[in-house]
Amino acid sequence: MSPRTARRAGVAAFVGLALLVYALPAFIGDFKAQQYAYVAIYLIALLGLNILTGYTGQISLGHGAFMAIGGYTTAILMAGNEQFGGSIGGGIKDVWTLPAAALAAGLVGLAFGLPALRLSGLYLALATFAVAVALPSALKRFETFSGGGSGINLFGLPELTGSIANVELLGRSLTFNDWLYYLCWTLALAAFALAWLLLRGRTGRAFRAVRDSEVAALASGISLARYKTLAFGISAAYAGLAGGLYAIANTFVNPDTFPIALSIFLLVGVVVGGLGGLSGLVVGAVFVYFLPLWAQGQDLGALLPDAVVQGFEVGGYRFKGTSAPGGPALVYGAVLILVMFLVPDGVSGLFRRAGRRLLAGRRRPSGA
Amino acid sequence: MKTLLELDDVRARYGPVQALHGVSLTVREGEVVAVLGANGAGKTTTLRAISGTVSRSGTVELDGRPLRPVPEEVARAGVAHVPEGRGTFVELTVTENLRLGAYVRRDRQVKADIRRIQGYFPWLAERGAQRAGTLSGGEQQMLALARALMSRPRLLLLDEPSLGLAPLVVREFYRIVRELNEREGLTVLLVEQDARIALAVSARAYVLEAGRVALAGTSEELRGNESVRRSYLGY
Amino acid sequence: MPLAAAADVAQQVVSGLASGGVYALLALALVIIHRSTGVINFAQGEMATLSTYIAWTLTANHGWSYWPAFAVTLALSFGGGVAVHRLVIRPVERGSVLRIVIVTIGLLIAINGFVVWQWSGEPQQLESPFGTETFTVGGVAVARHDVGAIGVALAMVLLLWALFQLTKLGLALRAAAVNPEEARLVGVRVTWMLALGWGLAAGLGAVAGMLTAPTVGLDPQMMQAILIYAFAAAVLGGIDSPFGAVAGGLLLGVLLNLLGYVSRYEPFAWFTEELRLPAALLIILVVLLVRPVGLFGRREAHRV
Repeated sequence: MSPRTARRAGVAAFVGLALLVYALPAFIGDFKAQQYAYVAIYLIALLGLNILTGYTGQISLGHGAFMAIGGYTTAILMAGNEQFGGSIGGGIKDVWTLPAAALAAGLVGLAFGLPALRLSGLYLALATFAVAVALPSALKRFETFSGGGSGINLFGLPELTGSIANVELLGRSLTFNDWLYYLCWTLALAAFALAWLLLRGRTGRAFRAVRDSEVAALASGISLARYKTLAFGISAAYAGLAGGLYAIANTFVNPDTFPIALSIFLLVGVVVGGLGGLSGLVVGAVFVYFLPLWAQGQDLGALLPDAVVQGFEVGGYRFKGTSAPGGPALVYGAVLILVMFLVPDGVSGLFRRAGRRLLAGRRRPSGA
Repeated sequence: MKTLLELDDVRARYGPVQALHGVSLTVREGEVVAVLGANGAGKTTTLRAISGTVSRSGTVELDGRPLRPVPEEVARAGVAHVPEGRGTFVELTVTENLRLGAYVRRDRQVKADIRRIQGYFPWLAERGAQRAGTLSGGEQQMLALARALMSRPRLLLLDEPSLGLAPLVVREFYRIVRELNEREGLTVLLVEQDARIALAVSARAYVLEAGRVALAGTSEELRGNESVRRSYLGY
Repeated sequence: MPLAAAADVAQQVVSGLASGGVYALLALALVIIHRSTGVINFAQGEMATLSTYIAWTLTANHGWSYWPAFAVTLALSFGGGVAVHRLVIRPVERGSVLRIVIVTIGLLIAINGFVVWQWSGEPQQLESPFGTETFTVGGVAVARHDVGAIGVALAMVLLLWALFQLTKLGLALRAAAVNPEEARLVGVRVTWMLALGWGLAAGLGAVAGMLTAPTVGLDPQMMQAILIYAFAAAVLGGIDSPFGAVAGGLLLGVLLNLLGYVSRYEPFAWFTEELRLPAALLIILVVLLVRPVGLFGRREAHRV
């Protein structure tokens, strides 16, 4: 497949996705709109983590921490905190806090990227894991800044668009969830396009060179330090944006909003979605958000037989279903392992291979 | 002399790269046979095909029985492979290396054997507790040989033992190999780049080129062979 | 005043050694696995929790007495570790680091879910075989369980040391860990050796869990913090050094306890109980950045 055809196919797929995204709310309920909004938030974070792990090969088990930075930045700018003695500048509208959320996280990411240079593979994973585990405790500790254990509440604030009254946009009246949906997906699509542009250029090539062989990259004159740190910064900024949106969607933040599980799920989403490819990340985001729900019999899980979900009795022994406590986690872990066995290069890899096979078949009849 | 080892049309590959295109050779019991050739001709691959450390097709028979390309089984069948780069366990002590050499044995004479081997390499006794990684190149090569002998092998495979060693050390090494062959009837298949010493030690030799056997004969014949002299003996 | 303080400190040291012994066992498990298979087993804590639940259900639900349950749990855990390696880890061992990380994380999530699924999230009680009394030695109050824990931990470490250093199997295990290719050439069944390593690690984890449950209570999240402490101990001691793991664990246990003790006095009052975990995490970060091989690890030349 020529690069030009590939690009055209990619653009077509993107446009298709965008059309689907904007048309969907008319057909789905309010609750579903909120769920899909969260999928978009995860997608933004995954796009960022993909740049770091999929393109420069640095493993981060701590991206939830960058989301936390973004989320708390948004919350503090909107509602203020004790440290600042109340709100900042009378409180900033939620949408306008987002660039700050991304920037704050991005700067911390850049700062992180420098010491991270000294760590590789597993050790970096361990170090980022440590940061993510420590973060909730640290947030609880610095109460005046973060609001301590109870966090910062955003619901009902005038800065929060659409939470009390509907949002008037382009002549339509949107509920909070619908507004959230459009906001998150518009930003997700923009982030997607931005990532794509970034990765097909010189920076993307440099990133890939770093991942494939650091020695070769060095020999080609690529500054490892610059690109690895840059990747950290960009991926953190993405996560920060996602975090800010997460705060808005939740209408609050507290230390338990960003647990280590979040960081783990982000990495899972990137690996399942497919490292280095963008197309599979949408599937990755869906996987991360919906799999626990499906295991409980919700959403698509309603298609599962009742016996699997609710359990059944055999000869006096009761087999608990997957919806019992612990069941969704058990399913999640098992599916995760299976996916790593069967589809190691993720959904993007599947797409790539399918695409190749589709077009190899088409080329033969047309001859040379 | 009966045939101990027989390779028939052995092919081997490293991923997509075919390294051996059908190598056939025999080694009779009690013989010292050499495999010569330039870099990349497939000499090391041939030994790896025997010990099973590379994927291969074709037949390898030891004592008339087929040998599966599984290193653990090959070792148990009585083949000791001293790989390229010595293969000593650098983090373990000298004595531990020797004990590992005897891993496949179930008899109780291992300790007695260690003393016997130390007869060939007296310095092993004094340096028993030393970490193998701190030995010199030559000493590690001797240790690798000693370790291989600990399994009381029927066939010894030597992969380029002279690599990186001073000529004096190489001579001493092969003197011991010669002695083991003459005194104990040890069968040896050795791979060497140094054709001169290889032909001096062996009775027969094969010359490999691009993964195939190009020439075969007694060492004496090959020494007199025009192309061998020019390509591998340098005169 | 000084004598009372000295007794207090001694008390903290003893209980620090007891908790440190648990960290040491789990850290040793992590190190064995990392040395032999190059994997950081994020699921080590959950495996230990599962083992502890097995011991609990044998004693509480099936009326077994403690030590037989201990022995059977150890055997089952060993088998479980071997099985996990052969079935789950072996297929992905040669793949990318990331893939292995995700697989161990999948194990973590699945095992944690299984424990909750099978036994519910309710906290349970596992009795200590050493009882709950404290006795006084030279003015120092010492819990019987702590002494027992230190003893068991020490015994396990010594047994393992004997296995690795004095037996043929131990030699083969070490050879398989450092030089798998050469080990195969001398006839060592390397794959089984690696599986054995996982079995031993699972056994160590089981003991760690069974020593922890009596003091902190048995619930599905029991080992999560302990795993972090074990990581800190392993990193501190040297992720490839068994001696380092044990030393690191004991050191960490005593250090954290002393820090807690010292926080009673004004200048150090900021070190609250909640900061124990972040302190361990800070140790991980600092060691990784300053001296990645740890206190007792050896600096390896970086193969390019």
